[in-house]
Amino acid sequence: MSLLSKFKEAMIGLKAGRVTLPYPAQSRPVAPSFRGRPIFDANKCIGCAGCANNCPAREILVFDVCQEIRILKYLGRRCTYCGRCAEVCPEKAITMSREFETATDQISDLSQRLELFMSTCQRCGRCFKEPTPLEVLKLKGYRFDDLRHDRWVLRSRAYLESEPVVDDIKIELD
Amino acid sequence: MLENLCRKMFGRSLWVYHANSGGCNGCDIEVLNVLTPYYDVERFGIKLVGSPRHADVMLCQGPAMRSTARALRRAYEAMPAPKLVFAIGGCACGGGIWHDSYAVLGPVEKVVPVNFYIPGCPPRPEAIIYGVAVAVGLVNKKTAPVQFKQLELPIPCYHPADLRGQGEMVVYEKCEKPWE
Repeated sequence: MSLLSKFKEAMIGLKAGRVTLPYPAQSRPVAPSFRGRPIFDANKCIGCAGCANNCPAREILVFDVCQEIRILKYLGRRCTYCGRCAEVCPEKAITMSREFETATDQISDLSQRLELFMSTCQRCGRCFKEPTPLEVLKLKGYRFDDLRHDRWVLRSRAYLESEPVVDDIKIELD
Repeated sequence: MLENLCRKMFGRSLWVYHANSGGCNGCDIEVLNVLTPYYDVERFGIKLVGSPRHADVMLCQGPAMRSTARALRRAYEAMPAPKLVFAIGGCACGGGIWHDSYAVLGPVEKVVPVNFYIPGCPPRPEAIIYGVAVAVGLVNKKTAPVQFKQLELPIPCYHPADLRGQGEMVVYEKCEKPWE
């Protein structure tokens, strides 16, 4: 009797077949709506830092090393792949890839770093990314006033190190 | 010699210990998913054990919390000598969404040294298998840091040393144009 039940069990086992996936040897496709790690495109990015403001994990950092260069850093350690950065990006510079095989022995392998060149508007001093209609603001204005000698003439004396304007403001704390 | 032998045999059959130090249970479910017949990891010799004293590998899920950091450290110290630590999930790799909470210390690498990172929230079972396969040496890792650099600045550069005052104005003498 027990032998018969063992035989029945073996038959059930044979009927089910093999379900184990040959995973690391064969790649396995993901669902079309799957969100993997975000990929940043430096050519499309305008440096508006909307992704950094919207990231719930605070994994996208934006900082300006100088007036002209803005650095956008994606660390990717605690990224939950929620896709809010890609949703908010006005230029669609962030795409959620289908990439999930991101296991690594160095956590810095996940980081992405973008160096963005930001032009300065000569009227208001704000930064903007180059390929825009605002590009003319970069050249016209105060900088190329002396066109004959091709030199810049700046109206403010605050550029001189000997005469800083910051000294005018004195804040006294209690 | 014994140490070399231990290291040689280490990758053959990893016994894993599953340590959750305050995660949300999402990564635990994915790790249990890996042990099911679909993603049968026992074909790599990986077996789940109940005690850190039997284990070669510790799978850490969840961030290092203030309340569980000491227990995690003790579990790590209880493991016998050639040992690996896997940080599974966004919490263990980087501290998770609540990384700035008072109860969260940060990623588990603040408490125990981590050898392999498997990011994701939660990572797919395939991603965990991929991480194990990277650790065992079956496949190569696919990620590398990405960096975009500005090679040249498309504006004339000025240095404050070349500025001089001229009456009411400040004149910049030298104009450095890198594209010429």
